[in-house]
Amino acid sequence: MNLHAINAIYRFEMARARRTLTQSIISPVISTSLYFVVFGAAIGSRIPQVDGVSYGSFIVPGLIMLALLTQSIANASFGIYFPRFTGTIYEVLSAPVSYLEIVIAYVGAAATKSIVLGLIILATAALFVPLTIKHPLWMLMFLVLTAVTFSLLGFIIGIWADGFEKLQLVPMLIVTPLTFLGGSFYSISMLPPFWQTVTLFNPVVYLVSGFRWSFYGIADVSPALSLAMTLFFLIACIVTVAWIFRTGYRLKP
Amino acid sequence: MFTAMTTMISISNLSKTYEGGFQALKTVNLDISRGEIFALLGPNGAGKTTLISIVCGLVNASTGTVTVGGKNIVTDYRAARELIGLVPQELTTEAFETVFSAVSFSRGLFGKPANPAYIEKVLRSLSLWDKRNNKIMTLSGGMKRRVLIAKALSHEPRVLFLDEPTAGVDVELRRDMWALVSELREQGVTVILTTHYIEEAEEMADRIGVITRGEIILVEDKATLMHKLGRKQLTVQLQEAIDSIPETLADYGLERAAGGHALVFTYDAERAQHGVAELLRDLAAAGLAFKDVNTTQSSLEDIFVDLVKEER
Ligand SMILES: Nc1ncnc2c1ncn2[C@@H]1O[C@H](COP(=O)(O)OP(=O)(O)OP(=O)(O)O)[C@@H](O)[C@H]1O
Ligand SMILES: [Mg+2]
Repeated sequence: MNLHAINAIYRFEMARARRTLTQSIISPVISTSLYFVVFGAAIGSRIPQVDGVSYGSFIVPGLIMLALLTQSIANASFGIYFPRFTGTIYEVLSAPVSYLEIVIAYVGAAATKSIVLGLIILATAALFVPLTIKHPLWMLMFLVLTAVTFSLLGFIIGIWADGFEKLQLVPMLIVTPLTFLGGSFYSISMLPPFWQTVTLFNPVVYLVSGFRWSFYGIADVSPALSLAMTLFFLIACIVTVAWIFRTGYRLKP
Repeated sequence: MFTAMTTMISISNLSKTYEGGFQALKTVNLDISRGEIFALLGPNGAGKTTLISIVCGLVNASTGTVTVGGKNIVTDYRAARELIGLVPQELTTEAFETVFSAVSFSRGLFGKPANPAYIEKVLRSLSLWDKRNNKIMTLSGGMKRRVLIAKALSHEPRVLFLDEPTAGVDVELRRDMWALVSELREQGVTVILTTHYIEEAEEMADRIGVITRGEIILVEDKATLMHKLGRKQLTVQLQEAIDSIPETLADYGLERAAGGHALVFTYDAERAQHGVAELLRDLAAAGLAFKDVNTTQSSLEDIFVDLVKEER
């Protein structure tokens, strides 16, 4: 293991986050706070409790997931796409670094950033609504697994993209809609039966449900299934990344 | 075993066909010795960057093998790459990082523990020390190139690739570069540089390879190359113009110049021994009085242009 290299890339990426603090931390916190004000306080006060939890509290896990997914993808895809775009990637590719080490460093940094962000949003939420976390260890596990999985997905997008539009494409057209329709703001039991079935094909449902269960002990699907699905996505991403590196896809002509 | 000790880079049967089907390298074979300064000379698109990129791990070879310091660049890439520093042709640097942190980053990337004292030494030797806390994007182009060199040297490589190190660089930096290369030579570092400028190869290299259209058409010691291919010309200024070249001098293939006021004798290194003395004797015998004689030697530039033209 070239630990010096992992350390160098990781620190480089974290330094980039510090330089772009507004973009990487402050703006997600502000937009999440707006959700609390609009959905939690304004509209939420007209909505009865969901599964015995006030609406404001109910949406907290979903909002954290929303930020976690979008920010993990954004961080990781940009982190690897930008050096490809400017050409500085040559240095990493010519260094005595294995692909595993490259992934650990870039994905580790992106995941770290979104985990920190998730915790900050959690703390922000605590200012607005009462929170309980019934299963803190599970909560952390879902947080970490999701951050890592979606940072990997972001990494894949960053390698696949050959322009800045493509970099935005997947998050805009797929991830955001799936997250909004994935039960972040509602329990799927509130939907008509047909749509409940359709929703079960949305992977984000499992992430949100498991995460919400770790807070309040209420879930749309069983926590074990949530965990299994999360692990499934993680493995799918790992397999894809391994394929990318084995073939040199978009990295080496 | 003997060759393993003296050969630093060994390239055998290397070829590269890019995805579109373009063959950028056709069966390249090349050995470069430890501590040697090797210049790879060739026109645009000859395949210089492709060759370097394969050795450095940036491009996958289509066929063939490369070893650096006896280590295969694919199967033993870690050991091979640790030895290599690369200064790419394009000015590709981070923008927002400071010079010092960017160079330290490179050292870490190559698996070396931090060593601020060494980084300082490198930066000082490249006149970058004053700029160490500046963001790279605020530097001039020439300074950015120095940063790239500093990054390449940050992990104390044994082999340094300089891909057109002096393209778009002013005279001063070019001199600095030459000085740097001779310093590296003293430390036993193997240097491979590509260039379009013959004077650069002439100034720095021990050995010169000429590549064109994906093929290395010639590899020669600089001195041998100059000797073998260097044409010389002897110009004899006559006291009185002549209309035609006397019969007795027909064998020399002389040309009249300056309206008959001068005769030009073209000869190669092998003929130099007696040719010149004999010509001067025969000139006198033919009754031609001359007032001045001078010789010129073709530069590597001429040699190169001739070679590449021949190929086409
Ligand atoms: N990624 C690529 N895909 C397809 N063709 C490529 C690629 N990179 C280089 N080539 C082609 O391969 C040939 C050799 O290119 P290369 O960059 O090695 O030339 P070079 O000798 O370094 O030229 P220059 O002196 O202009 O830098 C060129 O015709 C170029 O167009
Ligand atoms: Mg080139």
